[in-house]
Amino acid sequence: MNGLNFTFRGTPLTALESGALWWPEQRLLSVSDLHLGKSERYARLGRGTLPPYETQDTLIRLTEDLERTQPSVVICLGDSFDDTAAAHALDEEHRLWIAKLQAGRQWYWIEGNHDPGPVEMSGSHVAELTLEGLTFRHIADPDATGEVSGHYHPKARIRMRGRTLTRPAFLVDDRRIIQPAYGTYTGGLRSEDAPVCDLMGRDSRAILVGSTPCLVPMPR
Amino acid sequence: MPTLPPQLTDWFTSRGWSIHPHQSAMLAKAHQLATLLIAPTGGGKTMAGFLPTLAELAEHEHQGLHTLYVSPLKALAADIRRNLRTPVDEIGLPIRIEDRTGDTSATQKKRQRADPPHILLTTPESLALLTSYEDAPHMFAGLKRVVVDEIHALAESKRGDQLMLALARLQTLCPDLRRVGLSATVEDPQAIAQFLARHPDPCDILMADPGPDPDICMLETEEMPPWAGGGAAYAIPAVMDQIKAHKTTLIFHNTRAQAEIFFHNLWLANDEALPIGIHHGSLDRQQRERVEAAMVRGDLRAIVCTGSLDLGIDWGDVDLVIQIGAPKNVKRLVQRIGRANHQYNAPSKAFLVPANRFEVVECVVALEAVKDHALDGEPRGDGPRDVLCQHILVAAAAGPFVANDLYAEMSSAGPYAGLSRERFDACLEFCATGGYALRAYDRWQRLMLRPDGRWQLRDPRSAARIRINLGTIQDTDTLKVRLKRSRGGKPLGEVEEAFAASLTPGDTFLIGGQIVRYEGLREMTVEVSRNAAKKPKIATFSGTKFATSTQLSTRILDMFAQADWPQLPGHTADWLTLQRRTSALPQRGRLLIESFPHNGQEHTCVYGFSGRNAQQTLGLLVTKRMEELGLHPLGFVATDYATLIWGLDPLTDPGPLFQIDALREGLDTWLAGNAVMKRTFRGCATVAGLIERNTPSTRKSGRQATFSSDILYDTLLKYDPDHLLMQITREEAMRGLVDFGRIEEMIARVGTRIDLRRLERVSPLAAPLLLEVGKVPVKGSAEEKLLQEESMRLMDMSGLTQLG
Repeated sequence: MNGLNFTFRGTPLTALESGALWWPEQRLLSVSDLHLGKSERYARLGRGTLPPYETQDTLIRLTEDLERTQPSVVICLGDSFDDTAAAHALDEEHRLWIAKLQAGRQWYWIEGNHDPGPVEMSGSHVAELTLEGLTFRHIADPDATGEVSGHYHPKARIRMRGRTLTRPAFLVDDRRIIQPAYGTYTGGLRSEDAPVCDLMGRDSRAILVGSTPCLVPMPR
Repeated sequence: MPTLPPQLTDWFTSRGWSIHPHQSAMLAKAHQLATLLIAPTGGGKTMAGFLPTLAELAEHEHQGLHTLYVSPLKALAADIRRNLRTPVDEIGLPIRIEDRTGDTSATQKKRQRADPPHILLTTPESLALLTSYEDAPHMFAGLKRVVVDEIHALAESKRGDQLMLALARLQTLCPDLRRVGLSATVEDPQAIAQFLARHPDPCDILMADPGPDPDICMLETEEMPPWAGGGAAYAIPAVMDQIKAHKTTLIFHNTRAQAEIFFHNLWLANDEALPIGIHHGSLDRQQRERVEAAMVRGDLRAIVCTGSLDLGIDWGDVDLVIQIGAPKNVKRLVQRIGRANHQYNAPSKAFLVPANRFEVVECVVALEAVKDHALDGEPRGDGPRDVLCQHILVAAAAGPFVANDLYAEMSSAGPYAGLSRERFDACLEFCATGGYALRAYDRWQRLMLRPDGRWQLRDPRSAARIRINLGTIQDTDTLKVRLKRSRGGKPLGEVEEAFAASLTPGDTFLIGGQIVRYEGLREMTVEVSRNAAKKPKIATFSGTKFATSTQLSTRILDMFAQADWPQLPGHTADWLTLQRRTSALPQRGRLLIESFPHNGQEHTCVYGFSGRNAQQTLGLLVTKRMEELGLHPLGFVATDYATLIWGLDPLTDPGPLFQIDALREGLDTWLAGNAVMKRTFRGCATVAGLIERNTPSTRKSGRQATFSSDILYDTLLKYDPDHLLMQITREEAMRGLVDFGRIEEMIARVGTRIDLRRLERVSPLAAPLLLEVGKVPVKGSAEEKLLQEESMRLMDMSGLTQLG
């Protein structure tokens, strides 16, 4: 598995090429901002009929990550569904697919700003979760320490020999990790843009995801 | 001689004017269903188009709209309104003339729909919008004539397809509507006539006297043109002298960036402080309007401009046109030259200024082509279906429709005369459900079939979304440029988002003739400060880049075959001789490839002479093959005559790269993932209504909510590769940006006659390519390799190597 190992507050973690975070000691996999059902929501709101394949595509990638890591605990870090109605409208096929992924695992749905209400999916629905000193919540709390969050869909842009490259990225400093969005139909906010930039400390790093995750000082 | 109403004849007489033969011929043909007039600029073309209207309105009282005038430019509509006002007021005709464009106030627009004027002057976009309202039948009731100005320009883009669909709709509302097209000189009048007329109606073509041949030659300069570059700075003193010797000079450039640099240099040399302005599409509208107004008043001695001044606005007394840079296309050159001297029957005066040695060659062959009256052009294909999709949505916004009727209407538009029912149905299906292999939107269809067999919008509120996203002009994503701390001060202009993204605070660039320093990005606006630097980093806002026509390319190769070049200036002839001695000159019927090391990278230069777009495609295809062969290509750049590829390893055997069967066979898969296809897809998806350009409440802050159209392209490629939009994208790319036809032509021409020259250093002919902008990166293994290197370097530098 292509991943980049790093230590966060004494805890060894792996940033996977897909944008998932792997915590080997806990056998825990965290993914953020799946935005399942985005195309359904767009169509419902009359914003066009996008190719309706993003739920399938996101679930295929999640399945691959689960097969490779075999986690005991899965955390979906919020905005798992594009909104509550999109969760309700999920295809039977995709519902069963998720149920199969959940079998034999502890599965946490963290509340997001897009899907705050309780959904009737099985798994535990929580506002946030603390495990061994790490707190998983959707939106970063500026005062928190030892926190893993999502929400901002961070991306990082680097220049190399006259060429610019932008990829989704983990942002890491000594207090927090912000995970990139995992869902197929998700854009991103650059690390230098105000809300994320302000959250991250002086020595922040970015881990660009892609076939070989890659570590750089966080561009700001 | 058909009779003109006496008031009009008297007015002409009082002015001492006589009617041109083509103007009276237009009067004689006033009853025809469709007429195309081809006349040079300054030939009283617009008056010819309007005379029948003025005659009819002078003789009979008319209720409501009588004539609709459509032009590609808003400014043209306003200009024509002023020009028509004069005779109408002086004769005292009771005719209401109004224009309606994106700039017209909401109140005025509302009133025009309730109580339309006799003559309405508008643009294709505003017309399409008018047809999308439920009250369109009321507004257009009684419409007799439609005049399409500068139809040759409209026919070159999707705007023309959109316009012809709108005319088909008007023809349904007003069955006896007559159409008139006004065109500059074109190579194939019959094609424009078929484009204009309702299919299968006939269309008369009227050719006005083209006037005397232009007085055109290359501008003589003391200094020689440089080896490379597009600035033509060497010609500044000579151009300045010409400006001083003439009343008003138009200085045309092929790109906005070149216009900016030239303007900047011209100002530095403007010791007499002559009034000189700049005009191009990236400048802020207010700034452009100020220049236009000054021009009309005759206050300016020169305007540095781009294609934004190509069309026939009456810019006062222009007595000289200077074309900077090779003209690329003889037809466009002839049309630009026509901007000088509005006196009919007097020759237009023009100079060509090559920007570098290669362009000297291009200019010389272009002059020969002008002398031979050899215009160039590519045949227009069938109307693209993304425009059709948009128009189906426009029809739905206007009210419920029957599919059979809409098909009959749309296939009566010239560009869609060959549209099969099957292809139409696929578009309707796309508009209704998205048309995916996976049936997904049963509940949330955009269009629904009612029990009475008519289609309607599921949610009537979506009509508003359709209207604000209407149009086919592809704006690249641009950001406004503003002076920092100017608190709501006027924007200087716009730059492409990709250009803005490449800036680091402190970088300088040119915009609107000023050098500015990049300070930062704030709320999607580029903030800059004034800067006194001498050497700016150039804004790469690209404007349109035209491909050199097949005719000009062939003429260049023919000239290369000569033993010597008496028609070329000595310096250029010497340069070609040097190329012949150190490498070889490209020949018709052979393909020259040079291979040489430069700056630590291996370079391969392929002289295909197939035009910019085809050379770009060749770059994509060949680098893909090189990637497979393990040559680690890093990127390439294409010009009209060659593609230069750089990478980590040298090319030793070109044979496998240029087999047409392999190129054609693999084209689909090779192109599938590349940037050109994604860019084309974005355009098609926006026009077809899959992606919204604007939303009723556009919120700029929610950046993380929007995702790039590339993701949609990748998703379709993976799960639904034959989707309608993918077909449309492929069709458009093949004829436009991909231009594969010219690659096929080139490979058929050269066969196996490929000459690979291994050189120690860059050749005279290849050197200019090293300085070209618009380099395309190859997303291959070399990129991952570089990324890892860069990561190590940055982490080492910052002392962050140990994370944790």
